[in-house]
Amino acid sequence: MSVNLVLVRELEDLYARYAETLDDGPLEDWPECFTENCLYLIIARENVERGLPLAIMRCESRDMLKDRVTAVRETMMYEPRYLRHHVTNLRVMSEADDEVEAVANFSVIEVLPEALPRILMAGRYRDRLQREMDGQWRFSERHCIYDSTLVPNSIIYPV
Amino acid sequence: MNPTPNISPLEPAAHKPWPPHEYSRVPYWLYTDEAVFAREMERIFCGRSWAYVGLAVEISEPGSYLTTTIGNRPVIVCRNREGELRAFANHCAHRGVKFCRQRLGNAMRFTCPYHQWTYDLNGDLKGVPFRAGVKGQGGMPEDFDLSKHGLRQLKVTEHHGVLFASFCQEVEDFLDYLGETNRYYFERVFDGRALTVLGYSRQLIPGNWKLMFENIKDPYHASLLHVFLVTFGLFRADQESQVKMDDTGRHGLLISRRGTQAATEHTKDIANLRTDFKLRDPRLLDPVKEFKDSATVVMHTIWPNLIVQQQSNTIAMRQIQPRGPDAFELSWTFFGYADDDEAMRTRRLRQANLMSVSGLVSGDDSEIIKLAQDGLKHYPGGDAILEMGGRDTLDEEHMVTETAIRAFYKYYRQVMEL
Repeated sequence: MSVNLVLVRELEDLYARYAETLDDGPLEDWPECFTENCLYLIIARENVERGLPLAIMRCESRDMLKDRVTAVRETMMYEPRYLRHHVTNLRVMSEADDEVEAVANFSVIEVLPEALPRILMAGRYRDRLQREMDGQWRFSERHCIYDSTLVPNSIIYPV
Repeated sequence: MNPTPNISPLEPAAHKPWPPHEYSRVPYWLYTDEAVFAREMERIFCGRSWAYVGLAVEISEPGSYLTTTIGNRPVIVCRNREGELRAFANHCAHRGVKFCRQRLGNAMRFTCPYHQWTYDLNGDLKGVPFRAGVKGQGGMPEDFDLSKHGLRQLKVTEHHGVLFASFCQEVEDFLDYLGETNRYYFERVFDGRALTVLGYSRQLIPGNWKLMFENIKDPYHASLLHVFLVTFGLFRADQESQVKMDDTGRHGLLISRRGTQAATEHTKDIANLRTDFKLRDPRLLDPVKEFKDSATVVMHTIWPNLIVQQQSNTIAMRQIQPRGPDAFELSWTFFGYADDDEAMRTRRLRQANLMSVSGLVSGDDSEIIKLAQDGLKHYPGGDAILEMGGRDTLDEEHMVTETAIRAFYKYYRQVMEL
């Protein structure tokens, strides 16, 4: 299959904007990368491999993503931190007019106060995307599957 | 069979003394000292206690096994060919190798990869390659007796689908260990129905393991730290609540009932109560009654390494696995019942958002435990104040108390002889 360069560039742009909302903000723009009826999961690879459904973060709509943002902003107590997402190895797995499936690797570096940067999480995105009426691609499903069994302390921001 | 280890005495001169029978003060050196940690591993985790190791449903077939740790010691729990439970050290009798590397699996035998010493599912040594030598040379001495070199055996027991193991062969029966009140609440969640595992979540929390127990034995903080809980009335100081212990004080129960999202005359001290905060997607919090009594949350701490969490419809085991004085793994097993319908299963998965690694509620706890360790570790001469609700260790009918933490330390001091 030949590579649809235009499509890949469009997706790369979305993936970069997505990371920017989490790394540089505003976090309120993060839900806008998703369709209204999206599914967003952060799930351990050991659960995926065993066919177990439990996710550490599970949002079943864009509104649930917004509730998560509100919680991060208003209700959760945590040390301030910066994240830096690195997304590589993007590959389109299937492609129709307005719907594609894609995968990519991610690694997330976290910086806590008075600490050196560390890798918070590494894994793979398994995505389903839709091109909506405004011409923009958005995630209708994003599974963030992380490789490590252990997570260093807490995951406050989405991945 | 189970020799008392030779523990070098602590050097109290280096520490601020801890007055006898003092439970409303806890010295901070208890959270950082390597010698204290070593004694905790021997006496608490690997002493006369029943440590949680897993759920029976995780190893249901002959030959199925799981690996975990009790304290920081690697162990294997399996079913032998007859389907009987067995537990032994994951630690080859030859040269100490942690030979089993899978968390869950199925095996006919265990073979250490180093020199292929092979054990059966009872932990008995069955084969040593080159035992008779090669071409008449080498080999083990004539009197080397396989039967004397099996894996170190642990006791293992199952109660209503939950597995516990002990390094101590003389430990009391599990139900005596649990005590009557604790048994009632244990069997409230584990009522004999088949369980189903929904998944795992594991975090490495950079704090002393006791801070985790203190956190869950402390209903006082929940009304103040956890904005999400108080805002949605899931756990709040003005609700009908109990704190109960067993006769020894080692196990504890926080029991409460859900209220509403409303300010009352009793909530004026809760600066974080947000009566204006509404969920855009209320499916996140759609609890239904499922247990036999009126409690909607029971947080059950079982000495030495388990928290059974029942908050609304999210049920999980939180297993505490210390890695040293300054870190522990908190390993979560979320589960439901085999007879859950699809709606209940989905509800449990949604409510899991409140808990574990990125929990809307428990995220506050892992963060605060790190900050506690960060703050106390450099002040070994200081101590924690545990006087909320008085200085005794009795059961209470309210949440504004640290009694269960005091009771924990009362038992802790006996076991540790500190």
